[in-house]
Amino acid sequence: MKVRVLVRPKRGILDPQGEAVKRALPALGFGGVETVHIGRLIEMEVESSEEVEGMCRRLLANPSTEEYEWEVVS
Amino acid sequence: MSIQETYASLGLSDSEYDRILELMGRAPNYLELSLFSVMWSEHCGYKNSRPLLRRFPNTGPRVLQGPGENAGVIEVGEGWALAFKMESHNHPSAVEPYEGAATGVGGIIRDVIAMGARPVALLNALRFGPLDDERNRYLFREVVRGIGGYGNAIGVPTVGGEVEFSPAYSGNPLVNAMCVGIIRADEVVRAKAEAGEGNLVVLFGAKTGRDGIHGATFASDELTEESEAKRSNVQVGDPFAGKMLIECSLRLLERDLLVALQDLGAAGIASSASEMAARGEVGIEIDAERVPLREEGMEAWEVVISESQERMLAVVEPEKAEEVLKICGRYELDAAVVGRVTSDGDLRVLDNGDTIGSVPAQYLADAPVYEREVRRPAYLDEVQNFDPDDLLVPEDYNEVLLRMLAHPNLCSRSSVYEQYDSEVGSDTVVRPGADAAVMRIKGTKLGFAVTTDVSGRHCYLDPRGGGAAAVAEAYRNLSCVGAEPVAITDCLNFGSPEKLDGYYGLSEAVDGLVEACEVLGTPVVSGNVSLFNETEQGAIYPTPAVGMVGVFDDVCRHATSGFKREGDMVVHLGDYRPTLAGSDYLEIVHGKVVGRPEAPRLSHEKEYADLVRLLVAEGIVDTAHDVSGGGLAVALAEMSVAGGIGMVVDRVEVEPMLRGRRRDEALFGECGAHFVVAVPEERWEDLQEALAGIPYDQIGRTGGDRFAIPGLLDLTVDDLRAAYDRDLFERHAPEGGHLG
Repeated sequence: MKVRVLVRPKRGILDPQGEAVKRALPALGFGGVETVHIGRLIEMEVESSEEVEGMCRRLLANPSTEEYEWEVVS
Repeated sequence: MSIQETYASLGLSDSEYDRILELMGRAPNYLELSLFSVMWSEHCGYKNSRPLLRRFPNTGPRVLQGPGENAGVIEVGEGWALAFKMESHNHPSAVEPYEGAATGVGGIIRDVIAMGARPVALLNALRFGPLDDERNRYLFREVVRGIGGYGNAIGVPTVGGEVEFSPAYSGNPLVNAMCVGIIRADEVVRAKAEAGEGNLVVLFGAKTGRDGIHGATFASDELTEESEAKRSNVQVGDPFAGKMLIECSLRLLERDLLVALQDLGAAGIASSASEMAARGEVGIEIDAERVPLREEGMEAWEVVISESQERMLAVVEPEKAEEVLKICGRYELDAAVVGRVTSDGDLRVLDNGDTIGSVPAQYLADAPVYEREVRRPAYLDEVQNFDPDDLLVPEDYNEVLLRMLAHPNLCSRSSVYEQYDSEVGSDTVVRPGADAAVMRIKGTKLGFAVTTDVSGRHCYLDPRGGGAAAVAEAYRNLSCVGAEPVAITDCLNFGSPEKLDGYYGLSEAVDGLVEACEVLGTPVVSGNVSLFNETEQGAIYPTPAVGMVGVFDDVCRHATSGFKREGDMVVHLGDYRPTLAGSDYLEIVHGKVVGRPEAPRLSHEKEYADLVRLLVAEGIVDTAHDVSGGGLAVALAEMSVAGGIGMVVDRVEVEPMLRGRRRDEALFGECGAHFVVAVPEERWEDLQEALAGIPYDQIGRTGGDRFAIPGLLDLTVDDLRAAYDRDLFERHAPEGGHLG
């Protein structure tokens, strides 16, 4: 089955990548951007979804700085 | 929550709360209580260590600034000075190793910037539990990544440090970061909010978020399962913002726009403002609503104690404020006037004009002081009881030497420092892997050398001797590269001072440092204390990490440890009284951490090390190495591997050293105050002349590809290298069994 994991910075935690992009956008003429947060999307083919939670906790996300959610997409 | 639960949750004791009531003459509100909580934590207030720290010598002919400022400063010459400090980030790194280590590096860099110095060198003293444990491997890997991730990106070279592994650090790693900066001696900045009333307080750098709220209190607590749940404390570092902060701060100082400058570390604005106010004997008012925020809905108390990274606080004359804000904007940094200097001595926090907390800064700066009873703990008699005659004697010394060289505590550190940029800035003369890093001061012949040293095991077996030995080892390391040792910074990592063992270790180790600093003439100019390094399994080894800085008049005259030429005479110099008590050999080969190591003979340390330095400075010797962990055999093997040249010890000449000794003691026994140097034959006479009155032996000659001590050892340099060049990040085979 196919699983999709979305990892993003925890609410309120400093996101230097997001900040850098937020500063860069107006420089290219894109106005009105109030916040930018950058996370990542992970797609995996797995035999069962049983271990996905453990994978997220121990490798795919860093629970001290990031939050994650996952779903079976097919 | 009851009042008692509230102050207890902030890490304040009943008697501390009573003292606050007495000082204030009323009940403090939550903000005020938070201020006391952070400022009276060990991390900021040194409440358990202050009386001990007063024992340190802190003056000397080259000392421009001793303890009490953001960093110590020493004079090099030709108007140049060095600012340096070492600081711990142990607890944050235990919880989130990458960011913990990265923000540790960022934090120590800001301390150096606050003195007005440009950071030019970083070092890290690290301790972890053994690598056969997955969690320890994770902490080690991520801490090293974090140091590289921040240091490499901000453009300050990581030039040295140390790493050791012991079960005593399982779950409670030590991450001590040191930074050295250069500055003109007459441009040193002080963090006093003087020049009084009416001056403005400007916060510049990154925006403030809910990072590390109560982090200082957290750092002064033991690590338990519960602290896992305190994970929201984690601060995230941004090295690119850190780089802007360096350049912006130095620009503001160069333009003479600041009255005082202070970095924001533990306890954020609250701590920085109250320290500036207390030092300057003035008051400071902070308008919490003016602080640029990253998050919505932050409470004023959160704003003032947030530990968001990459921020500095400056005192500015009103007419210069506009220019300051403009320059900060040019560096893409947020900046705002967030308060003013007052004359009443209070740290006052306002929120849209309403006073929401007010405490005399002096109260915050005067944390209570606990002097505890120093009583020798029972464990010492037990662990010091050691008789080498109980040890089996190994049969194959080839195997023993290879095993020692391959051990994580003695093998090459290249798998660690290869992840660091050690040359950015183009001032690195001797890179990591040597006895000490050597740096030049651009545009001059001047240079400096820097090293970090301590043996936790030695301090555990004998805290006083171990403390002195740490200073002595640093002194030897700097002398071997040819630098004149000047001063130290230290990071005192200990367990709970509320426990007998912990306080005894702290007090004794400090006395050991004091003794050594006095004899060796290296005062303590800065430092940091990290207590409560305990897990449910117990306390760490007492680990007073010493960072020592030395100077060169002519940095071209330096030495390194690798053999340089075939046919050099190899000379042992200094005391040769090796003992297996507390040695690496005993731990690695016999699985024992016992015995009382030789107490350093400080006057010999000074005499011999000073002589080695002279030999280097006069150009007689370009190859020198101090003998420490692993004893003489390991020291010689290291010199062979570093130079890629073998050596043969002449049996006749080594015989006097073996006489009456166990073979393993002669090869791997440890004691201070000795060195190995190598000279070509044509300088042998000069060397003999210089060594008059000093114990020395010519023990062998370099050359060929064999490393041999006839009758004891016979290996090739390739054998040694294969063992020594171990990748610490490879998944480890468990260590072999012990000899017993």
